[in-house]
Amino acid sequence: MVTTPTHPAHPLGLALHHIDHGYAIGGTDTPVLDDISLTIAPGEFVALLGPSGCGKSTLLRLIAGLEPPRAGTILAEGTPITGPGPDRIVMFQDPTLYPWRTVRGNVALGHDIAGRKDPASVDAAIELVGLKGFERAWPHQLSGGMAQRAALARALVNDPRLLILDEPLGKLDSLTRLTMQTELQRLWRDRGFTAIMVTHDVEEALLLATRIIVFSPRPARIIGDLPIDLPPHRHRDDPRLLDLRKNILTQLGHSADW
Amino acid sequence: MSAGAIRAGRIAARLGRPLGTLCGLGLLWWGIVRLGGVPSYLLPPPDSVARALWAQRGLLAGAAGTTLLETVLGLLLGTMGGGALALLMMASAPVRRWMMPLVLLSQAVPVFALAPLLVLWFGFGIASKVVMAVLVIFFPITSSFFDGLRRTPPGWLDLARSMDARPGLVLLRLRLPAALPALASGLRVAAAIAPLGAVVGEWVGASSGLGFLMQTANTRFETDLMFAALLVLATMTVLLWWGVDRALARMLYWVPDDQPN
Ligand SMILES: Nc1ncnc2c1ncn2[C@@H]1O[C@H](COP(=O)(O)OP(=O)(O)OP(=O)(O)O)[C@@H](O)[C@H]1O
Ligand SMILES: [Mg+2]
Repeated sequence: MVTTPTHPAHPLGLALHHIDHGYAIGGTDTPVLDDISLTIAPGEFVALLGPSGCGKSTLLRLIAGLEPPRAGTILAEGTPITGPGPDRIVMFQDPTLYPWRTVRGNVALGHDIAGRKDPASVDAAIELVGLKGFERAWPHQLSGGMAQRAALARALVNDPRLLILDEPLGKLDSLTRLTMQTELQRLWRDRGFTAIMVTHDVEEALLLATRIIVFSPRPARIIGDLPIDLPPHRHRDDPRLLDLRKNILTQLGHSADW
Repeated sequence: MSAGAIRAGRIAARLGRPLGTLCGLGLLWWGIVRLGGVPSYLLPPPDSVARALWAQRGLLAGAAGTTLLETVLGLLLGTMGGGALALLMMASAPVRRWMMPLVLLSQAVPVFALAPLLVLWFGFGIASKVVMAVLVIFFPITSSFFDGLRRTPPGWLDLARSMDARPGLVLLRLRLPAALPALASGLRVAAAIAPLGAVVGEWVGASSGLGFLMQTANTRFETDLMFAALLVLATMTVLLWWGVDRALARMLYWVPDDQPN
């Protein structure tokens, strides 16, 4: 079990104003984000849903500060984001473990970069994601799901004020996925960070998020913004969730009776 | 069969195959010389080469020691120099712009043509041969390492940047380790060609070493001794390459090993 942090986190609030972005692909300009405006209050858990390739990961890169948007501004607590910051931690869609570091070394990456030593919290994070006993394993010795869990642990040890998750549980089997969803939600409640999570799983979004944003196909526009006013301990079969699910699937272009 | 016996058998098989090839070639050689009536000062039969090898073993061992020392020193200095230059070129754009042509030049100028000059500058001792070896391996080391430093996967860089790592840290803790496999391929090439540099240096002007021995044997028409020295040089190079290869594999244990054996 991971203990609550000694220093209470101050969740980060975000404001996105008229974000446009795009890439040049094969000589032609491809718009990816189209006029995205969004305000995220400190402590929210926002799930982003949208078809593959619409621009969800791109939006996360901009929020992380890895690229500047072509147009528009992103404010964190009223200050424009000009680059990455240690209070905004990303878990990438790809686990991206450094092959010359053990699981333990990878999880401790943020501490190493910050010049900090905190082996206890590294161990705790490894245990939390169920990788105890694999501390000294090399990344090429892990399964896809284990690598993803190591990446989650690496993100968590940094005590982020904003946790940016790009399909964090995408490669897990359904059972591990359930456990990790519970853990993620508990962490979010205990530590009180703001979370933005891309997922392809509507149920996962409904179970974890306080708010769901639905995007159109590329170039991504916001076509739905649904608050989920339900207590954190939700039951999968809650009829209110089933209604919301129908609603979202319709927005995503699926027939409602699916 | 025990694991040890299986392992021993595997090693024997691995050594046996190339040795078999060599024996076949030796037999062919012997046949050509004997049946073709080639005079032995042009091409000595393998058995007289073997006799020379045994008779002059002290001389050959001493010469091989000199050449090996020159080669290893050249490898060490060349790797340190080339590695440091590659890092500097990665860290600073001006260094890159000023030094890149020089790195290319070290490959474009036939180093062997420089050998007489180097002997003139650095003397008949081992220094000029070490410099030759360094010059020969400088390009493969520097360019392979520099390429490795430049080709860090973008996702790995994003991760380090997302954690707000400073550029110096990114270079030393990410680009450097990520480039080690590339440096290792450069080192393997270097290990195979460094002895060449040393030997050519000895050829031009020296008082010991395998190149010197081959040169003197050649002028005295002791062709069997020359072939014996050549054999020692080839064996030494193969062993050196193999040692470097094993050491690198051991140091880069984290690189998933997908080498066919
Ligand atoms: N570095 C890049 N260079 C060029 N085009 C890019 C780059 N990154 C993303 N794109 C393009 O931007 C679009 C959106 O990509 P993005 O990765 O944001 O999609 P996504 O919504 O995360 O999709 P998925 O759900 O499949 O992960 C795609 O059409 C992609 O081709
Ligand atoms: Mg994506």
